[in-house]
Amino acid sequence: MQETLTKKIFNVDELRKDFPILSREVEGKPLVYLDNAATSQKPQSVINAISDYYSNYNANIHRGVYSISIKASEAYENAKIKVRDFINAASEREIVFTRGATEAINLIAYSYGFEKVNSGDEIIISEMEHHANIVPWQVLCEKKKAVLKVIPVNDNGELLLDEYKKLLSDKTKIVAVCQISNSLGTINPVKEIVRIAKEKNKSIAVVIDGAQAIHHMDVDVRDLGADFYVFSSHKMYGPMGIGVLYGRAELLEAMPPYQTGGDMISSVSFKGTTYNDIPMKFEAGTPNVEGAVGLAAAIDYIKAIGFDDIHKQETKLLEYAAGLLEEIKGLKIIGTAKDKTGVISFVVEGFNALDIGIMLDTSGVAVRTGQHCTEPLMEKFGIPGTVRVSFAFYNTKAEVDIFVNALKKAIEILK
Amino acid sequence: MFVRYLNMEKTIQEIEDEIVDEFSFFESWQDKYEYIIELGKKLKGFPQDKQNNDYKVKGCQSSVWLVTDDEDGRIIFKADSDSTIVKGLIALLIRVLNRRTPDEILDAKLEFIAKTGLQQHLAQTRANGLAAMIKQMKMYALAYKAKQLN
Repeated sequence: MQETLTKKIFNVDELRKDFPILSREVEGKPLVYLDNAATSQKPQSVINAISDYYSNYNANIHRGVYSISIKASEAYENAKIKVRDFINAASEREIVFTRGATEAINLIAYSYGFEKVNSGDEIIISEMEHHANIVPWQVLCEKKKAVLKVIPVNDNGELLLDEYKKLLSDKTKIVAVCQISNSLGTINPVKEIVRIAKEKNKSIAVVIDGAQAIHHMDVDVRDLGADFYVFSSHKMYGPMGIGVLYGRAELLEAMPPYQTGGDMISSVSFKGTTYNDIPMKFEAGTPNVEGAVGLAAAIDYIKAIGFDDIHKQETKLLEYAAGLLEEIKGLKIIGTAKDKTGVISFVVEGFNALDIGIMLDTSGVAVRTGQHCTEPLMEKFGIPGTVRVSFAFYNTKAEVDIFVNALKKAIEILK
Repeated sequence: MFVRYLNMEKTIQEIEDEIVDEFSFFESWQDKYEYIIELGKKLKGFPQDKQNNDYKVKGCQSSVWLVTDDEDGRIIFKADSDSTIVKGLIALLIRVLNRRTPDEILDAKLEFIAKTGLQQHLAQTRANGLAAMIKQMKMYALAYKAKQLN
């Protein structure tokens, strides 16, 4: 099964050929896909891995004694090892497969949170969180009569660390922040955020939402010092429906199961049940083997390109696009953090984001419009929503040109 | 009665057919949207003091406000939006449903939305609030009907 990885030479035109969808047309025009922060496109190797699984060794895992079940189990376990190495976890026991980052955060809130958080305790999140990293904590706080505290953001869209320090108290039990903001692209100093929390109190659990970071930069969970780190496969060129919860073994071991059923037990009788060891304890029911196989292929693909080249290309696109956009009258970029990834959110004075998004689509350009599941952040900036373009390494300067020209045309029509 | 028929020379069906016909002239979606945008720009007359949450239609990425009045048992719609495209869509709905009886509004199948391709292009997503707008217009019709019966 183990493929040898050959480093791909970074040639964007060649790499684009790995992604079949990128050669399709929309309305007779080439698709310009600039909604990568919502989901990424999939390379042929990921599609093939999934197809190969269903064509050659589809079987339920962990219990089968026959060869294809053993092969499927092996593929599933290998995927965990790949994830372990990808984020430098200490053990594959610390890797729980979930439906995605959202389910991973819910798992932490319902399992760890319900166990550890009590009346009057405090949970700290930030103003730039995705709803997925707000609502589970809000629900937990309501149920446990705990208090949700929010780290504010400055006008550039950066977290105010001094305010964060002030929010930390003896009652703080959990800090949950994103590594990269989905609507602004801000890269947060999560290592420092973890350090500050741990200096206050070692037992504060720090949760990092890595959904927007995992495909942009090297992530080393042990270097970050995070207790939990979550992400989704589909944002990193892998399939939808699978994601990862990394948790320090010590914490996962002490946590109660989140869901119960098959595969997560060690023995069941009507008198009682003993649970399986981690990570199986958190994976009730038949897992997403197809997803795991696809995710493993996506990790191979990313490694073959390497984050250096990915980062270079995305930064180049970000700077090029920002330069062109700034020339458009009335256009304002929301989120101008010093440390930023390939996301540009903007508003054009006097024009509605939805109108711009629809008109861009008629030129084949796919962008996102609205609040990007970050309503509180939009409220902070006093805007109903933005147009957001988000780049992947497979985007080109020529695509940025098509986008900017289509935007100018849209503004002309809407004027 | 006779006068009313003169004013109301076209049926809902006839107007819907007209719209489908108009859209068939455009070859690309870009052109169709340009037309919708033109309609949106022309839609005026919404009372500014009613641009508040009381008259806001829920379920839209853009803000939509809708008010009604009635005259001789017929409903008059006035609407506004911060999106020009959504305003254009409202203009189409108003063209079909304005000054109709509650029953006519409730019975309207609004097939022009599917026939023009707008259904496929827009109604799948909640973003534009087209479905929410239609629902709200029919709700008003239902409310007027209930009031008439009482």
